[in-house]
Amino acid sequence: MEKESHVLVVFPHPDDEAFGVSGTIASHVNMGTPVTYACLTLGEMGRNMGNPPFANRETLPAIRKHELREAARVLGISDLRMLGYRDKTVEFEDPDKLTDEISSLIQELNPSLIITFYPGYSVHPDHEATGEAVVRAVGKIPEAQRTKLHCVAFSKNTKEELGEPDTIHDISAVADIKLDAIRAHRSQTELMVAELGEKLKQKDPQALAWLNIERFWTYKH
Amino acid sequence: MDPVNLEAVQEALDSFQNKEVYIHLETTNGAYASHKNEAFFSSGAYIRNAKVVYERAKITGIGPFRTGLKIPLGWVYAEGITHYEIDSKGRLLLAGHDFEGRLAVALEISETPFQ
Repeated sequence: MEKESHVLVVFPHPDDEAFGVSGTIASHVNMGTPVTYACLTLGEMGRNMGNPPFANRETLPAIRKHELREAARVLGISDLRMLGYRDKTVEFEDPDKLTDEISSLIQELNPSLIITFYPGYSVHPDHEATGEAVVRAVGKIPEAQRTKLHCVAFSKNTKEELGEPDTIHDISAVADIKLDAIRAHRSQTELMVAELGEKLKQKDPQALAWLNIERFWTYKH
Repeated sequence: MDPVNLEAVQEALDSFQNKEVYIHLETTNGAYASHKNEAFFSSGAYIRNAKVVYERAKITGIGPFRTGLKIPLGWVYAEGITHYEIDSKGRLLLAGHDFEGRLAVALEISETPFQ
């Protein structure tokens, strides 16, 4: 993995950082690179309430904020920004406002790498709107100075249309940290972690690959 | 939240009768429903902080339960209600959880706006 000067991660929901990219985040932190995570919402409209349920629609935001802080602590994220948008509504916000918000983060932090969702290939409308805002903000930077943009994509048309990922990280050295980050989002992941733990114990190849391999597509403007 | 107790919920519903209240009403099958199963038609809706005054309200059924609030020119309706809570702010939270314990429907009533 290339050494970066500063990594900016932009996702809409607490736990988006845990699944696809937390191994990459932990690896950058291990190399001494500062990581900023800008999280647009608190996942206020999540359906998972814990198993057995310990949250409800009204207590969920505070619980997920706490879980997000815990995940950031586990990963060693030095700078966590909660941008105050509301779950499921990012796509209805003023696009210029979103772009400006990301642009000002880029100006402030001058990251060498930005990680977000690939617009058109990230399934959830909040993911799409977040990726689009980041792409617009990065696109405003003159081409010669444009920040490297790594995108996460997982819609069914990804491989057919984008091809194979051009950046693949084997994060098995920090897999335990990644699992802790996933566990930190307890209200959302408790059910899933129990299942995953069993599969990992049995050395299920699919589960191991899911955990250890993180894939990125460099955005082509 | 606790499993619905018809008497307790009915009492709470009655306590808000003829008062200006804020409603949160929501149905959801999750944003990934169609991603996980292409044959599934994903839909959902929510309204947060709708201000209403209802003249009568009832929770009924054998469980999961149905709830209807009669407002001057129409109705507020939710089905699939399984759990309830009267929280520390005195708000009535009704929710329906699916077989995996995930939220599927919510109807909440408060005398102050939801955050």
